[in-house]
Amino acid sequence: MSAVSTAEQSTYQAETKFGRFTDFVDQRVGGSGILKEFGRKVFPDHWSFMFGEVALYSFVILLMTGTFLTFFFDPSMAETHYHGSYSPLYNVEMSVAYNSSLNISFEVRGGLFMRQVHHWAALLFVASVSVHMLRVFFTGAFRKPRELNWVVGGVLIILAMAAGFTGYSLPDDLLSGNGLRIIDGVIKSIPVIGTWISFFLFGGEFPGTAIIGRLYVLHILLVPALILLMVAVHLFMVVVHKHTQYPGPGRNDRNVVGYPLGPVYAAKAGGFFFIVFGVIALMAGFFTINPIWNYGPYDPSPVSAGTQPDWYIGWVDGALRLMPGVIGAVDGYRQHFEFIIFGHVLTLNVLLPALVPAGIVFTVLFTYPWIERWITKDDREHHVLDRPRNAPTRTAIGVAGFIFYCVMWAAASSDLIATHFKVSLNDVTYWLRALFFIGPVLGFIVAKRVALALQRKDREIALHGRETGRIVRLPHGEFIEVHAPLNDYKRYRLVSFESPKPLPAQPNSHGVVDRKERRRAKFSTWFFEDRVAPITPAELEAAHAHGHHGEVESGEETKSLSH
Amino acid sequence: MGNHSDGSSTSSSTVATAGQHDEGAFQDPGIPPHRPRLADKDPKAAKRAERQVAVLFIVSVIGTLVFLVTYFAIDLTNTSTTGTIGLQNMLLGIGTAFAMLGIGTGIVHWAKTLMPDHEVSEDRHALRTEEDRQAAVAIADTIIEESGIKRRPLIRNTLLGAVALAPLPALAVFGDLGPRPDDKLAHTMWAPQNGKLKRLTRDPDGTPIKASDVTIGSAFHVIPEGLNELESGKLNEKAKAVVLLMRLNPDELNPSKGRENWAYNGIVAYSKICTHVGCPVALYEQQTHHLLCPCHQSTFDLTHECAVIFGPASRPLPQLPISVDEEGYLVATSDFHEPVGPSYWERDEHERRLDS
Ligand code: HEM
Ligand code: FES
Repeated sequence: MSAVSTAEQSTYQAETKFGRFTDFVDQRVGGSGILKEFGRKVFPDHWSFMFGEVALYSFVILLMTGTFLTFFFDPSMAETHYHGSYSPLYNVEMSVAYNSSLNISFEVRGGLFMRQVHHWAALLFVASVSVHMLRVFFTGAFRKPRELNWVVGGVLIILAMAAGFTGYSLPDDLLSGNGLRIIDGVIKSIPVIGTWISFFLFGGEFPGTAIIGRLYVLHILLVPALILLMVAVHLFMVVVHKHTQYPGPGRNDRNVVGYPLGPVYAAKAGGFFFIVFGVIALMAGFFTINPIWNYGPYDPSPVSAGTQPDWYIGWVDGALRLMPGVIGAVDGYRQHFEFIIFGHVLTLNVLLPALVPAGIVFTVLFTYPWIERWITKDDREHHVLDRPRNAPTRTAIGVAGFIFYCVMWAAASSDLIATHFKVSLNDVTYWLRALFFIGPVLGFIVAKRVALALQRKDREIALHGRETGRIVRLPHGEFIEVHAPLNDYKRYRLVSFESPKPLPAQPNSHGVVDRKERRRAKFSTWFFEDRVAPITPAELEAAHAHGHHGEVESGEETKSLSH
Repeated sequence: MGNHSDGSSTSSSTVATAGQHDEGAFQDPGIPPHRPRLADKDPKAAKRAERQVAVLFIVSVIGTLVFLVTYFAIDLTNTSTTGTIGLQNMLLGIGTAFAMLGIGTGIVHWAKTLMPDHEVSEDRHALRTEEDRQAAVAIADTIIEESGIKRRPLIRNTLLGAVALAPLPALAVFGDLGPRPDDKLAHTMWAPQNGKLKRLTRDPDGTPIKASDVTIGSAFHVIPEGLNELESGKLNEKAKAVVLLMRLNPDELNPSKGRENWAYNGIVAYSKICTHVGCPVALYEQQTHHLLCPCHQSTFDLTHECAVIFGPASRPLPQLPISVDEEGYLVATSDFHEPVGPSYWERDEHERRLDS
């Protein structure tokens, strides 16, 4: 037996010291196998794949700067008097947490810089996660087999917001305390258990002396650990699935075309980390973020007009602003949105805007892959992305959702909009209330029209070539613009997509078409009826036979687009 | 099919739509041929790129030095004004930025100009083969069979029961996260103590306010007498008790029944805690007699007992009944007659109790 196992061992002897060292490690961890598997793994490249990288890198930067901050930050809410070097606050009564944040800013060398990098990285982190998610949505990268990774991404975006909010609250300045007060008010509106949750969260009445310490544990331990776990799962799945690729010559659902990991891809991706870090450092050096010394310590009494939460909380705050609490005149008919039911308070003016828009956004977010799967009955694996224009209805849904979000986001700045454009604040609110409902619908319609128009333009180009801007006069006197024909590679990019037709209701295994299936067919019609088909070789031939100018009818089949 | 050159697109475009499937699609021409870059063809260009990369790395070294010099040369201990700190922060930013961007752009430039940029294609493999699936099912069956969990339902059911109950203590131990709410939210420091009415005092210094100090059009930020002397829980009490004091022409107030003597000579006091979600309502527009909450712009009308006239709040701000004591200082004749601040599930119950 021992003879067999020794016979299998390699007799390789490394020559250099370094060689002997790597060989030692390799024999114990099997590094050769790992390098063989991953060293030349192919990664497709595209600028839009960068957002996920930015997210990952800003998270790494958050871990590094955050760890530095923990060495100096003290999350206690005990009272103290400030004796640091920032004279306007000298001897002011404040919490130890706020005091230590001031000391990080003014006493610890480089401390202000670390706070600035941490905060800018946090803003960039949530922003890049969000844009990354939009990229995945609009290109259809969430389709089979990546639905679960889309869900992991959704969890990550919620965790990112949680990380940001818990961090924003830590310095215990006037603004962060006000943010907590709003959260407390929202929590209290929850039926039955709201008051209890509030008391359990704050360890008694607001603000109490427990909340900063509790948020601290969430902020530096629980939430980052969960993010780390989710990021690991996320990236593991990316490796298992292999990256998606944009359509183009040589690319299909059975292969992956791009650059080998080592050296080019690794160099570009690794170098990019330093670029992200450098850009954040520049922002931190030049643009002040969260100057907590200007706000003063938290106090439930002072005014704070014109202040803004961090951008990713804005949409929730904006939703709170949009909801009217009462409608009607003070001394005439009045409808309150707070109801007393069997002696208990249901305060819908807070509960509805806090729960419903976020509920809609996250429900659609988490279920969308399955919604589309159900409508299209598409069970194939997709590794080639859709260009957004080639999936007009999905693109329109995404734009509608984006506008829904942006209206709420804008509402969080309604007072700034009003003062900046010198209009009445109430009017801004009325307009935004209208846009809250109309905006997504308009966005849907416009986005769909634009996508279809772009598709038609693609057809034009695929058929007749690119416009060169050069005008020539034909012998019989007509002026035409010269079109440069596309080569096969460029043309393939414009024609290699699917344009499915609505899928009529199918009978089930008992041979009947049930109600659910008929509903699905209706959705399918809605999803696919406006379509532009890619050109076919026959069409191209026909176009060429007619010479290189003029137009060919667009190959669309729509209910409403008849010109 | 119509005339191709007149630009009209007919809807009878059967050619274009009749089945992208049967008419055949375009042949995939394959990965485009590699186009050599300048540095691939010209050794001089390659040499130049090499030098550029090296320069970028040197820029990084300079950035690191800038950082270190800034860190050690700028002394915060004796001269630290916001100016020097701002300067140090900016120089640290510039140093870090050069240090990082130098490395980053250097590596990317190296990769883009000098490393091979041939696109390669790799096959994808099925995430799961049928063969694997069958093997896995067989293994799972063996595991279940050997454990005997299916054959011995008594074990299975008792285990399920035990596992279902076991987390309960883990929930129960959070019982001490906070105290019972009881009716803490319903009471504030304004309640008279041992029959002594609380004076209205200025926020933050706590000096009492004479009725004669309050001129028409003026507004005071008010805290209860004794708040500043509290040993603990000062912010908790302040978060409930802060009040806005204003004086209007008495004719402009429209007190409802039972509230006629809650004001004193046109001086009224209202809770400053927004009934929406609790921000301080601290903007007073003298001309319109409106109070505005800066958080979500709820607007309250002083002339209508602070009824909501705009924004997301649904209830008026609670009024604090006031009068003057024998020395002419303003006092609260009782606590608020309803809980202040945002609504909560038990609020109505508390309000009924306070009112009776
Ligand atoms: C995961 C993503 C994270 C986000 C989005 C985030 C966000 C934030 C934000 C917005 C602040 C307020 C900063 C300010 O202006 O002072 C903050 C503060 C802080 N964060 Fe983070 N953070 C993250 C991770 C971490 C980690 C991993 C740690 C530590 C291991 C950490 C430690 C701290 C500390 C100690 C503070 C308080 C420092 C101060 O306010 O002076 N953070 N965080
Ligand atoms: S807290 Fe006053 S309007 Fe929301």
